[in-house]
Amino acid sequence: MRKAIGALVFLLLPGIVGAAGGVKLMEANVDLNDKASLQRGAKLFVNYCLSCHSARMMRYNRMGKDLGLTDEQVLENLMFASEKVGELMTVSMREGDAKRWFGTPPPDLSLIARSRSEDWLFTYLLSFYKDDDPARPFGVNNLVFRDVAMPHVLGSLQGYQVPVYEEHDGKDGKKVKTIKGLELRELGTMTPDDYEVAVRDLVGFLVYVGEPAKLVRYKIGTWVLLFLGIFVVVTYLLKKEYWKDVH
Amino acid sequence: MNNILTAAMKWVDDRFPATQLWNEHVGKYYAPKNFNFWYYFGSLALLVLVIQLLSGMWLTMFYKPDAELAFASVEYIMRDVDGGWIIRYMHSTGASAFFVVIYLHMFRGLLYGSYKHPRELIWVIGMLIYGLLMAEAFMGYLLPWGQMSFWGAQVITSLFGALPFGIGEALALIIRGDYVISDATLTRFFALHVAVLPLVLLGLIGAHILALHHVGSNNPDGIEIKKNKDENGVPVDGITFHPYYSVKDLFGAAVFLFLFAVVMFFVPEFYGWFIEPPNFEPANPLKTPEHIAPVWYFTPSYAILRGIPDKITGVAAMGLSIFVLFLFPWLDRHPIRSIRYRSTLYRFLIGTFAVTFVMLGYLGTQPATLGFSELSFRLTELYFSFFLILWLYSRERAAFVYFAVAVGAGLLLVVIDAIRFDADKAMLLFTSSLMPLAFYAIFVLGPVFTNLNESKPVPERLT
Repeated sequence: MRKAIGALVFLLLPGIVGAAGGVKLMEANVDLNDKASLQRGAKLFVNYCLSCHSARMMRYNRMGKDLGLTDEQVLENLMFASEKVGELMTVSMREGDAKRWFGTPPPDLSLIARSRSEDWLFTYLLSFYKDDDPARPFGVNNLVFRDVAMPHVLGSLQGYQVPVYEEHDGKDGKKVKTIKGLELRELGTMTPDDYEVAVRDLVGFLVYVGEPAKLVRYKIGTWVLLFLGIFVVVTYLLKKEYWKDVH
Repeated sequence: MNNILTAAMKWVDDRFPATQLWNEHVGKYYAPKNFNFWYYFGSLALLVLVIQLLSGMWLTMFYKPDAELAFASVEYIMRDVDGGWIIRYMHSTGASAFFVVIYLHMFRGLLYGSYKHPRELIWVIGMLIYGLLMAEAFMGYLLPWGQMSFWGAQVITSLFGALPFGIGEALALIIRGDYVISDATLTRFFALHVAVLPLVLLGLIGAHILALHHVGSNNPDGIEIKKNKDENGVPVDGITFHPYYSVKDLFGAAVFLFLFAVVMFFVPEFYGWFIEPPNFEPANPLKTPEHIAPVWYFTPSYAILRGIPDKITGVAAMGLSIFVLFLFPWLDRHPIRSIRYRSTLYRFLIGTFAVTFVMLGYLGTQPATLGFSELSFRLTELYFSFFLILWLYSRERAAFVYFAVAVGAGLLLVVIDAIRFDADKAMLLFTSSLMPLAFYAIFVLGPVFTNLNESKPVPERLT
């Protein structure tokens, strides 16, 4: 089965590159009510991200509680860098080392979904591609974050994409090559569809980490609106009653 | 039981004017009976004030005014403090709601001429409140210590540095407590935001209401209800604030709270307008964001500042754009208060001003491209021209006055364009000059050649 798909030349991201060279973001459509998806995202996060990126505003046990996991489950499956469930999701890599290895310390991801947006993260994780430029330390580049310092950490899952170029006339009459789309050349352990689901899980988890209150905000808000809706009606009737004698 | 209560009330009244105060400001305060939609925003401003004071007090219990800790302490409030996110969103939504309400409240004053005699001081005190509120909001925005907090504050404080004769540099230094935005800035902004400015604001708001209750409220007809009293000295067209307006404002408050809750619980960032996305990144003095935009309520002023190529002139124009609002009572001296009975051209003038203000606000949020900068500049010209026309329309004038104004303003605009002339942008400049041209053609020539500037008869009693 996997070989059959591998035989197909697969255009993963047609149309992602706009005419002006800017990148159109894909829609992540994450669902925070899907606990299983958040749990899978958490697993991906601790396995692939947490060795370099911290989420230092987030506590392990809070995550466990919100995702429907017991402290034991969190300890066994999701904690590699810390010992107590009440700890924050920090990273043991030292900043100086990080700077030497990557050129810039990997940012904390606690609020990345709020500063970047979920669609940006989704597109970002789907648009790594091989770049043979010797200046690229890890041999990859990214469509939405040009010359990013991060390697394609999920490469073993997705495989590697190569850019498909398109030629058109530049300002001075010379031909200019721009990237039209990306094509999956080397397969990873996941099918493209599975990889997209995995990325959606991961982004969903990051959206949750960005604002854990989001899980309850809408529910509480609905009750508040219901109450205020009734309050509006009551105060309107009260006003109408009192104003009968004003003409 | 009733006797005991009456006796207790008398005991208090002998020592403190409780009943007297109640009657003067609520129980027997006679307000015109024809208040419309626009009159909700005064009481709503008080409601938002209370929301901000209460939520702010609770935030100070958990917030840490320290450059190292501030950002994380806000996230601590959002995550680890029980109900902390509700309090924080209440406060951040409240800040924007305050300006929505205040802008509508001010626009009401414009519509019905509420700043005119004898209410000049109410307007001036109100403008002081508006100015202080801007300072309060600006300092509060630094406290989360995100990227926009930092860089927004950096941009605004550096504006003071543009003032001449070395005053600017000294002033910027005093405001920041440092040569750049730093921990020293954060701690003093915190002190000003939670103690100094709120105290002054409360005092001014008290004065605003006292002055209002001394002269009485204006109304959508702009007719003085005190001119028509019955044998008991009660205005015939007045009704007591309580219970009539207390229940009406309660209904207004309910509707407002409903909308407030929609934003607070469902879209607290309001698509980046109330909380800007870069502010979820901790302040980083070494990394300038690509596009620094202030929060929406400052953007009209910001657009005026940016539209003018010269920095000192830009800062002066921005300051003047706020200061000129203080002068409303003396610029517009037309005897008719309400827009209902003013001329068609006057209505159109007010409408144009509102559109200009909103468009400037939009441009202030956008990157300063060539076209947008030019548009900002022209809108700035219209903004200030509005006040000239306001003065011009204050009474009947001879035709030559209108022509003199047209020629004078025309010359001034031509001189300004000559100073900033740039051959590369000549076409843009000529095209955009149609905006002030059309403005003056309509508002200066209109009264001379048409009868569109004739006021309507004002009725004796409220309608």
